[in-house]
Amino acid sequence: MVRLADRDGFLARLMLLPAIVYIVALVAVPFVIAIAYSFSDVTAGDPSYDWVGLENYRANWRDPVFGQSLWNTFLFTLVTMVLTMVLANILALLLTADFRGKWLVRFLVLLPWTTPAALGAIAWLFMLDSLLSPIDWILWQVGLLEDGRHMVWLGKPGLAKASVIGVQVWRLVPLAAVIIMAGQTAIPDDINDAAAVDGAGFWRRLWEVTIPLTLPVIAVAALFGAIITFTDMSLVRVLTNGGPVNETHVLASWAYTKGIDGGNLAQGAAVAVFLLPLLLAATIAILRAVRRWEVT
Amino acid sequence: MAVTVEAVGLTKTFSGRERPAVDHVDLATEEGEYLVLLGPSGCGKTTLLRMIAGLEQPTDGEVRIGGDLVNGLPPRSRRIAMVFQSYALYPHKTVRQNIEFPLKAEKMPTEKRRQRAEWAAELLGLSELLDRRPRQLSGGERQRVALARALVREPSVFLLDEPLSNLDAKLRATARDDLKDFHERVGTTTIYVTHDQVEAMGMGDRIVVMLDGQVRQVGPPQAVYERPADTFVATFLGSPPMNLVPRDGAIVGFRPEKALPAEVLTGGRDGHRTWTLDVHRIEYLSGDRHLHGLATGLGEPTPVIVRLPATVLTPIDAGTTHEFVVRDEDLCYFDPETEMATDGPAG
Repeated sequence: MVRLADRDGFLARLMLLPAIVYIVALVAVPFVIAIAYSFSDVTAGDPSYDWVGLENYRANWRDPVFGQSLWNTFLFTLVTMVLTMVLANILALLLTADFRGKWLVRFLVLLPWTTPAALGAIAWLFMLDSLLSPIDWILWQVGLLEDGRHMVWLGKPGLAKASVIGVQVWRLVPLAAVIIMAGQTAIPDDINDAAAVDGAGFWRRLWEVTIPLTLPVIAVAALFGAIITFTDMSLVRVLTNGGPVNETHVLASWAYTKGIDGGNLAQGAAVAVFLLPLLLAATIAILRAVRRWEVT
Repeated sequence: MAVTVEAVGLTKTFSGRERPAVDHVDLATEEGEYLVLLGPSGCGKTTLLRMIAGLEQPTDGEVRIGGDLVNGLPPRSRRIAMVFQSYALYPHKTVRQNIEFPLKAEKMPTEKRRQRAEWAAELLGLSELLDRRPRQLSGGERQRVALARALVREPSVFLLDEPLSNLDAKLRATARDDLKDFHERVGTTTIYVTHDQVEAMGMGDRIVVMLDGQVRQVGPPQAVYERPADTFVATFLGSPPMNLVPRDGAIVGFRPEKALPAEVLTGGRDGHRTWTLDVHRIEYLSGDRHLHGLATGLGEPTPVIVRLPATVLTPIDAGTTHEFVVRDEDLCYFDPETEMATDGPAG
């Protein structure tokens, strides 16, 4: 008699089952529902399903807030990624250098990443408060801001956008730095020594050796960061809730506001589904690029 | 223009280590010399080379290149070039870009840079490969690219860190010839690190034998081989190594190929020492016979190896006892306490 557990592949399938159930129940099913809703007129008040074709997409397209959200999503992602990559590279270089108390600094640097996104955002809500902002206080002390005046970080469209980007960068830099650091430590010592013997100074070594050799890793870090930024809703939701006057909404937060807060599930779903082809295209493009770098 | 390289009391102790990796080394090359640092793994030879290159800061002592103190100077200010064991080519650059890199760092104009790179490539037979990347090259080709990158700047000193150890045996022999030829053509002072005694003996003008961070002996290959300064050098060099036979108050040494069957000797036995060998085992290695056995009559009975060249036809069988002779002048003597070479017994 052959025991069940001895049968080829049975155990493997059994072990995979929880993961598959998880993915099907929490990713695949909601995904299919979202697509289905986006072609319907389902609302919180009237959950009956009626096919309306592309009507939701058309309505969204006409909606200026949707346009603003779409623009913001790209703007935030792009600016966040550029800033994150620059800062993460600098940080990684600092952290690979040898100095006392390195472990403590590494630990502190990683802290923002370990903080749950919403919690970090709430902390920043206080940092950027219109009346109590410690940043304003610092600006007073160094004389960059007239005493008693306030920046009102989250109350002006430009500053609010900058704040959202700034906090996102704060959150993403540690992860990116650690990933890039792994790439930098993977460069053989001999290569760095050879560059030193060949007469390359710090900058030449950075631009001609370190960065080209860590490019695939930087690309992976950028891909992760971009997807996280692109799909993130909690930061905008907590920090500005899209304000002032819908100026800082991104697609994810607008989908939530429209679908959950506003109860228009179908239109919210259409906003969310709109992210899909964009993400897919970005992912394929970056993965292709990574593979090309590895081959050459 | 050849320059000298000097180490004066050079010492390196890595942090957290008690024993220095390089321990008060005094060393000086001649102008244009091919100096080989030889020793087992971990003897400090690479650390010594890296201190000369400026990749490692000495704990104590001085490095002088062309008479100038270079302590504290970065590698690029030392007019040296180095070839690494792994070659350390830049994988993302073409052969041309690899070779041009040191010139680019010197801010040489593009046109001149191109000419120089092509000159170096020509010299090492790489002209056809300039647009390839290191991945697309064989081990031997990579090694030549590393060499081209080193020589393109026309450095005053070449530092080579086991550049042949990543090549297969056959390629290594030709690469050795190429390196030696190349040195004869350019005449640049060269310091070559290896753990391979064949490379050291074959290439070095002089050999520096190192152990535990200290220099044990410096001299031309033949002198180091025939007159080792201590028992370590005696047994580290030579394959099989020198036979060491304890005798009261001394250790007597002789090279395996210096012993001959007594009957081969046609003249008298003046100036020779006669002893007997109980032959236990015979190995045939590339035509030579290696006799493993117990020697008596030289000192205490000791296991030794005798290497009979293919030209000695005396029939000898395992399990027999045979009389052997060694010329007195081929015997080396060592102090059993210090293990240092001595002049031998008085009288």
